[in-house]
Parts: sequence; C-alpha cells; structure tokens
Amino acid sequence: MYLSTMRAGDTARAGTAGQRLRHGRVPGTVVALGIVSFVTDASAEMITAVLPMYLIYGLGLGYLQLGALDGLYTGATALLRLAGGYAADRLNRPKAVAIAGYGVSALTRLGLPVAGGSLAGISTCVAIDRAGKGVRTAPRDAMITLATPAKNLGRAFGVHRALDTAGALLGPLIAFGLLSLLPGDYNAVFMVSFCLGTIGVLVLVFFVRQPHREAARRAATSLKAGVRVALRPGVRSLVVAAALLGLMTVGDMFLYVALQRQADLPTAVLPLLPLGTAGTFMLAAIPLGRFADRFGRWRMFLAAHVLLAGAYLLVAGGIKGWVVAGAVLLLHGLFYAASDGVLMASAGLMVPAELRATGLAVVQTAQALARAVGAVGFGVATAAAGARPAFGAFAVLLVVGVLLIARTRGRS
Amino acid sequence: MNRVVTGVALIALFVAGGIGYVGWRANAADNPTTSPLDLGRAGTLLYVDRAGTVRQVSRDRPDQVIGAGPTCHRVYAAAGTLGCLRTTGVPMSGELDVYRDGGLTKTLQVWGDPSRVRVSQDGRFVGWTVFRAGDSYMRQGAFSTTAGMFDVNSGTQYGSLEDFTTSVNGKPYGEPDVNFWGVTFLNDEVFYATMASKGKTWLMRGDFASRRLTSQKENVECPSISPDQKRIVYKFRTGDQWRLHVLDLTTGADHPLAESAHIDDQAAWLDDKTIAYSKNDGEGPAIFTVPADGTGTPQRLLAGSSPAPL
Repeated sequence: MYLSTMRAGDTARAGTAGQRLRHGRVPGTVVALGIVSFVTDASAEMITAVLPMYLIYGLGLGYLQLGALDGLYTGATALLRLAGGYAADRLNRPKAVAIAGYGVSALTRLGLPVAGGSLAGISTCVAIDRAGKGVRTAPRDAMITLATPAKNLGRAFGVHRALDTAGALLGPLIAFGLLSLLPGDYNAVFMVSFCLGTIGVLVLVFFVRQPHREAARRAATSLKAGVRVALRPGVRSLVVAAALLGLMTVGDMFLYVALQRQADLPTAVLPLLPLGTAGTFMLAAIPLGRFADRFGRWRMFLAAHVLLAGAYLLVAGGIKGWVVAGAVLLLHGLFYAASDGVLMASAGLMVPAELRATGLAVVQTAQALARAVGAVGFGVATAAAGARPAFGAFAVLLVVGVLLIARTRGRS
Repeated sequence: MNRVVTGVALIALFVAGGIGYVGWRANAADNPTTSPLDLGRAGTLLYVDRAGTVRQVSRDRPDQVIGAGPTCHRVYAAAGTLGCLRTTGVPMSGELDVYRDGGLTKTLQVWGDPSRVRVSQDGRFVGWTVFRAGDSYMRQGAFSTTAGMFDVNSGTQYGSLEDFTTSVNGKPYGEPDVNFWGVTFLNDEVFYATMASKGKTWLMRGDFASRRLTSQKENVECPSISPDQKRIVYKFRTGDQWRLHVLDLTTGADHPLAESAHIDDQAAWLDDKTIAYSKNDGEGPAIFTVPADGTGTPQRLLAGSSPAPL
C-alpha cells in the first residue's frame, strides 16, 4: 500500500524532470557525479595501493605499525555516514555536505608528505580521509535519486557505479606507473593524487547542479523523523533484507584466497583476481541497471544474491582450473553490478525526498555492519569446518534468505 | 556560462599542475651513469638508496658511490650471487630476481611485498620473505608472510617453508596458522628462520636433506648468522618493541645491543664485530652500525636500507 503511493508520488515529481530529458537519458547531474567519483576513486586508490610500501620502504617504518594504522575506523565511518546523511537533509544542502566530504579527503593527500615519518600524523590523515568518505556517500547517492526520474534510477546508478569502479581500477595503475617512472618518489604519487582529488571537488562545485527539492519542512527533518523513516514498513523491510543478506556475504578477500586454492591457481595471480570482479562490475553495471528498471529493482537485488550463491557453490565444488575461476569472478562481478547501485535505486523510491540522504545512509550502514559481522561468522565457520563446507553453507543460507525475503514481500 | 569557464579553467590548472610536477621530478631524478656493481670487490657494501637503486660503496668511504645496479627494495649478495627482491606493477605482488656473475639468471613471482632476502656465503642459496598486509580488502590489521628458498645450482625451488615438517620442543607441530620469515644460511645443509604461530615465535633450525624444521629457542625473529657461524643477531620482542640481540649458538649466551630503538630489520654482519641495520632517521630509512658485543653507540652510516657486505 505504502509503496504504491510512494511510487506514484515519485513518478509525478519525476514528470517535471522528465520533460527536460529525452526519454531514457541519464541526467547531466548523474554523469557529473559519476565523473567526480571516477577521479576521486582514482585518487583514493592511488594512496591505498602505495601506503604500505610508503611506510616500509619510503619511511623505513616496519610492518608492525601497519596493524595500528588499519582497523580503527570501521565503526567511526559507519556513524559518520549517518551523520553526513542527516546533515544533508537537515541543512537541505546535500551538495554542500558532499563538497565538504570530498574536500577534506583531497586535503589529506597534502597532509601525508607533511606528516613525514610521524606515524601519528599519517594515521590522522588516513582517519580524516575515511571520515570524508563516510560523510559524502549518502548525500551523493541522494542527489542521484533526486535528479533522476524514478523509471531510470537503476540505469542512473549503473552509470555512476561504472564510472566509480573504472576510477578504482585506474588509481593503482597510475600509482604504480608513477613509481616505475620515478622510483621511490612517493611524494609524486601524493601530489598527483591531490590534483585528482581537487579536480573531483571542482567538477562537483562547478558542474553538479543541486537537484531541486521542495524546501524541506524543518519539523519533518528532525532526528526523530529520521528514525521514523527507518522504521516505516517499506524501508524497514529493505534494511532488514540488506542486513540479512549482508550477514551471509563472505568478505571479498576470503573469496579470492579460497578460489585461488580450490581452483589450484598459482599464488602470483591472487592480486589479479579482484580485477576480474571489478572489471565485470564496471562493464555490467549499466546494462544490469537498465534491466533492473524494467525487471524490478527489488527482484534484481534478490537475483543478485542468487548469482552470489552460485559463485560460492562453484568455490565449494572445488573444481580445478581457470574456467571455474573465470566463472566465479564473472558471477561475483555480476552480483555487485546487480546489487550495489540497484539497492540504492530501490531505497531512493521509498524514502521521502526531505529525508532521502538519511534513509540511504541507514540502508548502507546496516548493510556494511552486517557484512562485517558476516565476515567474522565466516571466519569462525572456516576454522570449524574448512573453507569448502563454509562456502557451501553460506550459499545455502543465501538462497534460503532470498526465498524467505521473497515470500514475506509477496505477502505484504 | 561564467561558471563553466571558471570551472574549466581551474580544472585545467590542476591538470597542468599535476603533469608539471611529475615532469619536474622526472628531470630532477636523472642520475649520472655510474659503473656497474662489482660483487668481487671485498671491503665494500651494497645497499638500496632511497630511490630504490642498489648502490655499492667502500666501507671506509660510505659517501662515495662506486657502482650502481638494479632497482630493488631488498638486496643481498655473496660469492657472485645477488638476490634482488622488488615489487612489480601489480599491488601485493613481488619478484625475486637472482643475478649470477652480473647477469639475470632467474626471476621468481612471489605473492606479497618484499620483506627480507639473504644469500648463503657460497652463493648457492637465496632465501626470501614476502608479507601481505595493510590492504583494504584484507582482514584489517592482520598480516601474513611467506618465506622460501631457491637453489641457484640445481634450480630447485622451495616455494614455502610451510611445506617442511615442523616440530616444536621435540613434538610435531601441525597448527595451520604458521608464518615464516627471515631465512639465514649456516651452510649448504642447514639454515635458520623464524616461525610464528598462536602469537609466539621460535628460532627454527632447518635441514635441507630431511626437509625438517626444529625449534631452538622462543622469541627470536629475523635471525642473521655471523661470518664465523657461531652467533646470530636477531630481533627480541617486548610488547610492540623489537630490540636487536646477539645469541651465541654454542653457549646459549644472549645480550642486547647498544641500539635501544625499535628496529624492524633483518640485521647484517659487516664483520664479526659489527652489525648493520636500517631504521628511520627522521626523514627516511638510514643504515646504522653498532658493535656486536653490546658496547658502544649506534653510528649512522648512510641514507638507505638493506645493507649487504661483500
């Protein structure tokens, strides 16, 4: 009942946006936000790729300190994501909040060379970078939903995620290319990363128009209202579904390591396996997003998890060889293409415009926390029963979860 | 319209700035060509400079570079064999390049970032360690290592010490969470390395013929055998701090060195009395020396890492 009224409301609002667009085109705002993510992800992944090497070879600090640098910020990022979403709605300025998030992350690239050999300084830069990422995600996704007619949301998120993933693939290539041109010159990597990050902010400032939204009623955008939105039946079932399936998701690196072992591939290919997933995600995001618009985004999100279960079963089957490995990576990439942006497209339709960023942040945070718990659970299962039975069990759990969710939704 | 022009102009500025900076650094990095490395020259030292190039200096004149070689992250050499451990263009993947009499004879692909490399005194074996950590998709804060060896004479690869049979305190040890690092060679039959499992570390004595590893002593990391083959220098761990110690293999006597700072390196013996290692000097990695008997004070030798005496 609720869903149909929301959809009608969205279609009516989208009508005005649709008049400015030719049928089926993705709005300029979405393309511009995709370009922002493209350069920003390239900039961020440059740093991620070289940071361990910088600490060890560039500064002569040991790897014992790497542990101290990592792992502190998962909880903080989750909270900041909610804060970023809420601030965007409360101030009614998602673009300004996103600029702040992208801006501080870009500035941390200059902080790294300034921090020099100080581990505390470097940790601070990494923490601020992650904080910026947490803050900007929900306002950005909210802008995508606000700028796009409801019927094209899947495609719009497909375009955004394809550009985003392309940037993530490009970043390490730029970083390692620079280091082979200028051996040991990590400052050159930081400077280029800073320039790219700044270009992302400039594209956002000058080429992204903040989507029109009726001036939010202040009363409607209170913290209480935000909580109420999360508890609405439509949003609640989405949060529960995303979290439930997130609990049954195996961490990516677990999958790659198990795949390399079960398929009996040389260990040297392990660093390349994530590229197979990312490449598939990048290429399939747009077609699957378009397909989701017609097939139903919600069904697509569930179907994605069936694909993921298929990937787990192939790993559990333990068949050796490249063909199986290729099939697993293909399914894994298709899973991301059919679920990541599609979930946001689906959520965007259920949250009223004035609480859009908060609602999206709640869904993303629930999924991220559930996946963190799922990763721990998988670790326990692997230790108890071995990798292959654990993958088999998670595949079965995923299918059961999908069927359960499909049934309860069919009834409501 | 103004908005578009301003935006394009500012973006162009940062594109040009980034390209200009890289071009400037590339020009500044152009080095004058130097002589090749001479592995037969006694009394000299190989090391990796801060730009990643292997350089050779005389022990008496560390400020004067007399030769330059390949680009590596870790280097070691003995009796005409040079082991060069370096990263490749792919994140978390490394390569071991083995040079024999100046020419590249073998390249091994290894999964992980370069950590340690050693060559046996007769140049026959190369031992290497790589580690994997800090990557966004790894379990956070965790790292793992792989150590292996390569027989230059026969071409035999020992891909991982995990393939050896292991015993701790006389009992077979079968825990799956073992990690190995820091190989050092006593001779062509025996080597030492560190094994870690369940939060503990042991000095392991390895035997090529029987493919066995036997525990010798707890809390010994990154051992390095002295030229007289009687002692090892190693990292002794207290909490999150490592300090260099020297252990006498025959008597079991053990003492800390005068370097009291946290050191994360497989130290090298420049001679039977002097230990060299690398630590951060405030700007980047630098090689320091300290007497092996626990006396004296650390002396800074030069900017760089991975000291390898010839």
